[in-house]
Amino acid sequence: MIEALISHYNYWLIIILMMLGLYVVVSRGNLVKKIVGLNIFQTSVFLLYISLSKVSGGTAPILTGKPESFSNPLPHVLILTAIVVGISTTALGLALVVRIRESYGTIEEDDILIAERSQDVSERNGGSA
Amino acid sequence: MTTSPDMVIIIIDLVLLTLLCLTAFAIMLVRHLFAVVALTGAFSLLSAGLLVTLDAVDVAFTEAAVGAGISTVLMLGTLALTKRREATKPKLSPIGLMIIFLTGATLIYATPDMPKFGAADSPGLMHIVPDYIEGSKNDIAVPNIVTAILASYRGYDTLGEVAVIFTAGMGVIILLGRRREDEYGYSEDNAAFPLHPEGSDNTTGKDKS
Repeated sequence: MIEALISHYNYWLIIILMMLGLYVVVSRGNLVKKIVGLNIFQTSVFLLYISLSKVSGGTAPILTGKPESFSNPLPHVLILTAIVVGISTTALGLALVVRIRESYGTIEEDDILIAERSQDVSERNGGSA
Repeated sequence: MTTSPDMVIIIIDLVLLTLLCLTAFAIMLVRHLFAVVALTGAFSLLSAGLLVTLDAVDVAFTEAAVGAGISTVLMLGTLALTKRREATKPKLSPIGLMIIFLTGATLIYATPDMPKFGAADSPGLMHIVPDYIEGSKNDIAVPNIVTAILASYRGYDTLGEVAVIFTAGMGVIILLGRRREDEYGYSEDNAAFPLHPEGSDNTTGKDKS
């Protein structure tokens, strides 16, 4: 039991973190907050991958000339790429938020839905609103 | 070399992960978006610290620069152009809770199949990584193995990453490059769907020139 706890506690805590991020995305109506939640989710996925690469007793994967054991460098490379892709999506999402604010005057999901519906109704009642 | 991770590492790990969870909770509850963005910066910094204890120094470096630096700046810029406060009170969302409990339970159910934390014989280390480590010593002669893989063995991945950044940059320019109608960034007259057509409490679009 203790053995299983020590060998997997890291994954469990990271999964809890991941679910916190997912909950922010699902439950909050504010678009900026949704993007923040997405960032939390993203960072915890990064942490999950990096925990998989850890070798106890190993060092950072930099050659020093001495024989030693390294942590797995491959997930590090993949996550470096993922961080940069993540900031790209964040930037695009935030730009969309700014545009939505310009067009609708709000960044709350509920208000945007109300505006959308009133637009639909006015279209049905005879063309241009 | 033991197969179970060091006690010190475990304690640092636990402290940092607990702090990360607390920060995420705070982000969930706080309604002032400025505070949320500041907490996001702290979150990135804490995760960079955790990445250092997990031996991923390059990733920690990038996370500190990109996560705590650039993304905080981008979010503050967005807040300057939008609102600072979340309108709705945070309320419990039953569907959201159901989703996260189901997903979390499934993920935790899957963890016993994963290699033990810190295991030296995990499958990920067996296949191609020894070749990369040897190659970076003998063929590429770059001391940092991560650099060797990133720029040489997986150079095409990095090229694809550049393509992604370029596409995102173009997207942002297309979305925001258009000149704004007024200096406030939002004008009630030009809005496609005005929220409060008359008697609005929106102060930004009031001054008609």
